[in-house]
Amino acid sequence: MIDKDFIEDLLKKHPYSNVKHQNDCLTLSCPAQQIIDLTTELRDQQTFDLLVDLTAVDQGEAVENRFMVVIHLYSCIHHDYIRIHSDCTDNESPEFPSIHSVYPAANWHEREAFDMFGIVFTGHPNLKRILMWDEYPYFPLRKEFPLAGIDVPLPADDVVEVTQASVEPAPMMGGPFVSSGQGFMSDAEPRAKDESWTEKKEKPV
Amino acid sequence: MVSNEVAYNSKIEGEVIVTKADAVVNWIRKHSVWPMPMGLACCAIELMASAASRYDISRFGMEVMRFSPRQSDCMIVAGTVTYKMAEVVRRIYDQMGDPKWVVAMGACASTGGMYRSYAVMQGVDNIVPVDVYVSGCPPRPEALLDAMMKLQDKIGNEPSTSRLLQARNTSMV
Ligand code: SF4
Repeated sequence: MIDKDFIEDLLKKHPYSNVKHQNDCLTLSCPAQQIIDLTTELRDQQTFDLLVDLTAVDQGEAVENRFMVVIHLYSCIHHDYIRIHSDCTDNESPEFPSIHSVYPAANWHEREAFDMFGIVFTGHPNLKRILMWDEYPYFPLRKEFPLAGIDVPLPADDVVEVTQASVEPAPMMGGPFVSSGQGFMSDAEPRAKDESWTEKKEKPV
Repeated sequence: MVSNEVAYNSKIEGEVIVTKADAVVNWIRKHSVWPMPMGLACCAIELMASAASRYDISRFGMEVMRFSPRQSDCMIVAGTVTYKMAEVVRRIYDQMGDPKWVVAMGACASTGGMYRSYAVMQGVDNIVPVDVYVSGCPPRPEALLDAMMKLQDKIGNEPSTSRLLQARNTSMV
């Protein structure tokens, strides 16, 4: 059972971690260097044997530790979840220890977080992109990346030669899919926040 | 009136049928369209429904779905074409033998649909020539059947013979 005693016990064993107040499940913060230690303990001693999710959050350039890795664990004995928040230290080239050795299921999750945020998981056996193609130069879920995308060549040269196709920013004009989030719904909804290039506004060079 | 229909009246013509080469070639082609199901997302489910018993695409003579491009002549692009997948779609198209046609099924394949994003090609016509676009997200099977019948009409009006002769001349050079 995850109760007061359980949490106190856990914090005593791992003095570097803290409880973060969250409404749904027990959330611990943990420094990146200790993550292997903490997850190993949770797996072996506390029966949190299932890695449910591993992802990352970009908190924006203004925040001191910009990239945060979020891990969800589930215990098939307690029938309960634990969430771990852990900051990556470097904002320019973020790194994080791979927990692949503790939970092999982390393999693809870490590849996805690398693909989308550019977080390098040290010790990962096969850290390459999983969603975008290998040569793609950007990390699309970073805050500064425009939703519409950025001009890059298509990966296949021979196809480009025949079709002249390339990766272009998607037109955002009139798209009801991104809310501007402000004002009345009638003003906010059908307009895209990100109109770097639309049918009416020329593409900035 | 010039007709592209194959007409035969046994009382008049006896055992001889008089028609145009185009009409015969097109008639043969349009009743044996072998689609290549390029199922990339949710539209592919609707494509399967079109092929199953309730909607039964075989009523119109194009039920022979082939998963090998070398055995098919009509690519039905059913789903979201991502930039990563675009290369594959084009390669499969290139492997299909001539004559070949492409149907863009659904909003995604036609224009990128609701995916105005960095990852999705805004319409498969950026990489392959599309003959028929089908609107809808997803289009109902009836809409796909309608599109396939439109494609049959289109095939029926092609100058097939002159193209065949042209192809022969260029290949002989
Ligand atoms: S058009 Fe709609 S149903 Fe079809 S692939 Fe796109 S999102 Fe799915």
